[in-house]
Amino acid sequence: MLRLVLQRLALLVPTLLGLSVLLFLWVRALPGGPATALLGERATPAEVARVNALYGFDRPLPEQYLTWLGQLLQGNFGVSTRTGTPVLQEFWLRFPATIELTLMALLFAVGVGIPLGYLAARHQGRALDHVTVGVSLLGVTIPVFFLAFLLKWVFAVQLGLLPSAGRLSSSMIATHPTNFYVLDGLLTREWDAAWDALQHLVLPAVALGSIPLAIIARITRASVIEVQNADYVRTARAKGLRPSRLRRRVVLRNAMLPVATTIGLQVGLLLSGAVLTETVFAFNGIGSFLATAIFSLDYAVLQGFILFIAVIYALANLAVDVSYGLIDPRMRAR
Amino acid sequence: MTTETHALGPHDPLPARPGPDPEAGASIWRLAARRLRRNPGALVGATIIVLFVLVALLAPVLAPYDGQALPGRAQIRPTYIPGPSADHLLGLDRFGGDLLSKLIWGARASLTIGVLSTLLGLAGGLLLGVLAGAFGGWVDMATMRLVDLVLSVPSLLLAVSIAAVIGQSPRAVVIAIGAVQVPVFARLLRGTMLAQRGQEYVLAARSLGLTRRTVTMSHVLPNSLGPVIVQATLMLATAVIEAAALSFLGLGGGSPTTAEWGRMLTVAQNELEVAPRLALWPGACIAVTALGFTLFGEALREALDPKTRTR
Repeated sequence: MLRLVLQRLALLVPTLLGLSVLLFLWVRALPGGPATALLGERATPAEVARVNALYGFDRPLPEQYLTWLGQLLQGNFGVSTRTGTPVLQEFWLRFPATIELTLMALLFAVGVGIPLGYLAARHQGRALDHVTVGVSLLGVTIPVFFLAFLLKWVFAVQLGLLPSAGRLSSSMIATHPTNFYVLDGLLTREWDAAWDALQHLVLPAVALGSIPLAIIARITRASVIEVQNADYVRTARAKGLRPSRLRRRVVLRNAMLPVATTIGLQVGLLLSGAVLTETVFAFNGIGSFLATAIFSLDYAVLQGFILFIAVIYALANLAVDVSYGLIDPRMRAR
Repeated sequence: MTTETHALGPHDPLPARPGPDPEAGASIWRLAARRLRRNPGALVGATIIVLFVLVALLAPVLAPYDGQALPGRAQIRPTYIPGPSADHLLGLDRFGGDLLSKLIWGARASLTIGVLSTLLGLAGGLLLGVLAGAFGGWVDMATMRLVDLVLSVPSLLLAVSIAAVIGQSPRAVVIAIGAVQVPVFARLLRGTMLAQRGQEYVLAARSLGLTRRTVTMSHVLPNSLGPVIVQATLMLATAVIEAAALSFLGLGGGSPTTAEWGRMLTVAQNELEVAPRLALWPGACIAVTALGFTLFGEALREALDPKTRTR
């Protein structure tokens, strides 16, 4: 098990190195190059030359790359050209928001998706099954930002049940030791702040989690149906295994492997969707920050964040591989 | 004239073979077409696709106004946007544009971007996939490492990064979404081609003396295309959604009055309390178009390979 984790972590190194080369070249391909991105389009040639010399943009490309890589390894991700703060600082400020949002979304997707798919499979061909199939089809065809609109319109604008934007009500004064607002509220025993932050999370998390939910429900359903008809399930039933035990230990466990893969694949979708969802709900995470960074061509931020996201993505896939080992003992032996 | 039986003459009709087999001798494609016609999902999907394609093609004829026109500009107030009326069946938008006309022209914009980007992704993916699948060895290694690398970034972020380099225009959206699709098609085609290469018919063709190139290009490749075509149909749905997402973020260029579904949603988000229909209509159009391609794609997958049917 430990060997598997270490192996996968070692594989991460060439991927990240390759990605850093691509990102490095990408910044050099930006219109006007990094100097113009820093100074804006109205910069005079003299200013451009000065910045080029200052940041070493006039050095040969391999040298620039190695310098940049060295800085990255020391935790120096550069300074945001738009806000003037170090990228790493911006990141720690907003990253918890996105993690909170994606975790809630994932929780919703898994917590509702798996039971829904499982029940649909057990009641195949009946009303619940048809509803599940319909929902899972709708889920993959509705754009996440449109769903965010719908939820905001119905639950925030029309019914006024939940807040429509932000992470915390403006009237709420709370301290934030970790920037995970719900966790902060619990740690500092400011229960009303935790509750308020949680309420702000509901709509964005449901919007973001719906598409993964649809996909997870669909895969769970197909997988459970397949396992239900497998020979070993019939054998287990024939030898008199109690139905509840059969369902939990045999059917569900065997059906979970493809579901685990699917959940891992959803992480990319969640991170992509977070950009859109955070924009709609004015949720101050890395997604909405990234969206503004694109327009100001804030390359240091873009570069750093894409690397961060790739690392998270890779780690999520690692977690999936590890979960295989937990679900299926045969994988551990390998 | 006697009624006694006689041996078959040269002009007598041949007796019907016992137990006619409707599937005998038909090609995979004809069989697939037959299964497709019986699938209600395929019919619904095809109807939606045909409908939207017709609307997109006939936009100049169908739309009451030009996509950029603002016929109702004089009626717009800061807190009031006129709803449906005889002149404007779906009402006006924030700038006085006719919503129906903009939806119709938007169909043209969104479908064009979706189709072009998928074609681009397909072309690139075929090239890389054939390269990897046909040559094998280090070409395969290098191509697949590159594909893995590109897939290690979530697709929308990748598309956003590419569009940021090219600049804000519909062209940038097409290139960005197409580029994101390339690795998906490449990996799929390589996988199916590798699986095909081990088949007996390949060995047979090789032992008949056909060159490797002939076998690859005229036997292995055509036999590997089924899953790619299915993927392309499903990808059209994704492309339409992602194109709308990029436009929504503002990467599609144009002005706030541009008739494009994603762009219309950007403007509509500020009017959610005044006129929610401005968001509902374009959003529904994106979702229904994507539904059409998804239904048809799924049906196509089942038709080409009945084993994959999700029971």
